[in-house]
Amino acid sequence: MAKKTEVLYAPHEQIEEMQLAGIKKTVIDCYEHIDFYKKSFDEAGFDPYSVTSLDDVARIPFVQKQDLRDAYPYGMLAVPLKDVREIHMSSGTTGIATVGAYTEHDLKIWGECFARGVEYAGGDENDVMHVAYGYGLFTGGIGAHYGGVAAGCTTIPMSAGNTERQIRVLREMGSTILCCTPSYAMHIADTALEMGLDPARDFHLRAGIHGAEPFSDNFRRDLERKLNYRVLDVYGLTETMGPGVALECWEQQGLHIAEDHFYPEIINPETGEVLPDGEWGELVLTTLDREASPVVRYRTRDITRIIPGQCPCGRTHRRIDRIHGRTDDMLIIRGVNVFPSQIEDVMKTFPQMSSWYQIEVDTDHRSLDIVTLKAEPNPDVDLDSMAAVERLQRQISAAMKTALSVGVKVKLVEPKTIPRSEGKAKRIVDLRKEK
Amino acid sequence: MIDQITVFLENKKGRVASVARTLADAGINMTALSLADSEEYGLARIVCGDPEGAVRALGEAGYRAKVVKVAAVAVPDRPGGLAELFEALDDLDVNIEYCYCFSHSDDAAVFALKVADAAAAAKAVWTLEAKGFKALKQSDL
Repeated sequence: MAKKTEVLYAPHEQIEEMQLAGIKKTVIDCYEHIDFYKKSFDEAGFDPYSVTSLDDVARIPFVQKQDLRDAYPYGMLAVPLKDVREIHMSSGTTGIATVGAYTEHDLKIWGECFARGVEYAGGDENDVMHVAYGYGLFTGGIGAHYGGVAAGCTTIPMSAGNTERQIRVLREMGSTILCCTPSYAMHIADTALEMGLDPARDFHLRAGIHGAEPFSDNFRRDLERKLNYRVLDVYGLTETMGPGVALECWEQQGLHIAEDHFYPEIINPETGEVLPDGEWGELVLTTLDREASPVVRYRTRDITRIIPGQCPCGRTHRRIDRIHGRTDDMLIIRGVNVFPSQIEDVMKTFPQMSSWYQIEVDTDHRSLDIVTLKAEPNPDVDLDSMAAVERLQRQISAAMKTALSVGVKVKLVEPKTIPRSEGKAKRIVDLRKEK
Repeated sequence: MIDQITVFLENKKGRVASVARTLADAGINMTALSLADSEEYGLARIVCGDPEGAVRALGEAGYRAKVVKVAAVAVPDRPGGLAELFEALDDLDVNIEYCYCFSHSDDAAVFALKVADAAAAAKAVWTLEAKGFKALKQSDL
């Protein structure tokens, strides 16, 4: 019998009551224990004891990633350090890392949240979960691991890297659920194919829980075909917990937010105004029962929407759409907003092309933006004449222009020249930033 | 028809040398090498004794190499030999994607041509043969 966690099916009014109670507690906790929130609430004239309905949330000031960075290392802790069991940090590629701290309770909730992914995949303690997210400060590996353990799965802590060993273990241990980034799953599949295996047959996968980077529907279909399993998206971020904040169910129609632990809002990123369900904007999250690192109205910078209506699976927790991009990942090219997912969608309409490509944005001598797409054709494609190469480049370029409204110069490259990822795929190289 | 290998190359220093070295290390002797190039990339077309072995060696070295069937015709070894061949092709009105000449022994030159459509290629070879030109097979090289 597949597991059925009751709270996932609770009437939404009941969830809203939980959310109101959680917000009341969290804002008071933050105000009383964290200097930043005291200052921020006082300055905004917001009284944390004045919350009586969810409508009051719109009055609360936001917290930004920079605020969390400024509080490094322990400035955002709401409990004494002796109660903290674990620390994670965000990648911090752009500067100081942000710290996520967890009490014993927080770790338990984290495990339970990610374990819902196993439940959504129709899995249980009979499943073997292969975790190929990186283990360490990054929340991906350990978050998935706690989820696997909480769901009762046989959990294999592979971490990322050593792809040939991943392939051996996938075959020999009979893993049924694969957790890693989507680009690494593709790398595993392609490497297995190169080794002469047929991963669709030689692996025993049923589901993949793939997050930490956006991927398109076409990329998903491609992965599902190669590995003969179902790809489920997972969303999370160190600042609010890690993977498991939202997870896709078997229906693949959006990711159910763990609404009993997080209160989601979608805002207009420019005005801060709260948008109704269905509209695209920036996701803002408030933790409802986080002890060590609570956040109130954290601006995730992820662009999505809340999908109106109920999921056919019958669960009542609202769904966010697949992440459309990040407010800071969005490229502005010659004044046009371009999301990496749009480029991905175009690439996948070309069966001649592999999943390996990279977009390079630079400026020419007149300071105009120039975009170059470097892409590897599939090995079996016939590129025997200059005319054939040029025709393919022209077709891709024209399709990009139609989809993005931006001219893209396409350059086909030799096999294996685009860097292979074992973590997050580097699809975009923005050389403008380095100037 | 003969087997030609097409290798896709980025226009970077040392790429052609490295192709030649890869084939040399695999003990493969090239009969012909023709290069087509643009500013950014090139196509190396190679005729050699062991096309499958060459594709395998190049593939393992990370190149995108494929065997392509091209038509091959012996060019009469005298002034005007090639001109007659081209004139015969002109009359045919087929679309030639590319062509190149090479010689593989002292007294014979070979004209290799790629016609995109296989039926048109067969027709071209047949017409050339009817006009007295000798079509070549892989075993003739």
